[in-house]
Amino acid sequence: MPVFGVAVTASWYLVVAALLFGVGLFGVMVRRNPLVMLMCVELMLNAVNLTFITLASRLADVAGRTTVLFVMVVAAAEVTVGLAIVVAIMRQRSSVDADDLSALRG
Amino acid sequence: MELAVFVCAAAMVLVGAAGVITRSNPVHAALSLVLTLFGVAVMFVAQGAYFVAAVQVIVYAGAIVVLFLFVIMLLGVDRAEDVRTEPLTAQRPLALVVALGAAAVLVAAVVDGAAAVRDRAGSAPDAASGDADVVEIARSVFGDYVVAFEVTSILLVVAVVGTVLMTRRRLGTGAGR
Repeated sequence: MPVFGVAVTASWYLVVAALLFGVGLFGVMVRRNPLVMLMCVELMLNAVNLTFITLASRLADVAGRTTVLFVMVVAAAEVTVGLAIVVAIMRQRSSVDADDLSALRG
Repeated sequence: MELAVFVCAAAMVLVGAAGVITRSNPVHAALSLVLTLFGVAVMFVAQGAYFVAAVQVIVYAGAIVVLFLFVIMLLGVDRAEDVRTEPLTAQRPLALVVALGAAAVLVAAVVDGAAAVRDRAGSAPDAASGDADVVEIARSVFGDYVVAFEVTSILLVVAVVGTVLMTRRRLGTGAGR
């Protein structure tokens, strides 16, 4: 229902999702703290979720909403394993910095 | 009204996202992430996805961010990271180019495909009640996508077992239990 003669269309939400994805991508490449890098991955996943929900609402298809639930489950599993890796690395060396993690052997 | 909600939610999302990538303290970054997640949840509600919005707040803003904060406090890495200097000189310009390029491509795709979305359905989202939303999702999850639902349960079990294996301390000298 347009109030000021401006209707909020699906494209507006999709543009916000695209910008959010770009910000998250930039953060993953720039930040050096693995915890913050994981947060930026969460930003990108949320951008994808927002796209799914927008198109599911506009196209009246519930499959998009179902997919978002599955994406959330996978994101939770990914964060759990990622944080466990960070904790395991912190046990062996004192600093958490992605630039220091250049050796493949432990 | 719809416009005001959208503008506020978009401001929350983008300000929070900017906070995540610019705050040097990981705790502040995690709290900025909460702002973004709530903004996304508001956008979900604005489009009639009530159940997914509730799950977003509970799972993301609740569980996942608390997990982040817990690990930050556990590791004691809540010191400020030095974000002023970048050891790799070309990293930031290249990252900026890649991120802006990706965002530009996505926006171009959205603008190009806007007509298709408008043609397929009405302009406004279906104003379904909350109950209808939940019923539809339940039919979908436990009907069409029940196999995927079961597979995600396996994924969660694998993730939990892997986490326990990776983070447990070795007891004694090589007493592998």
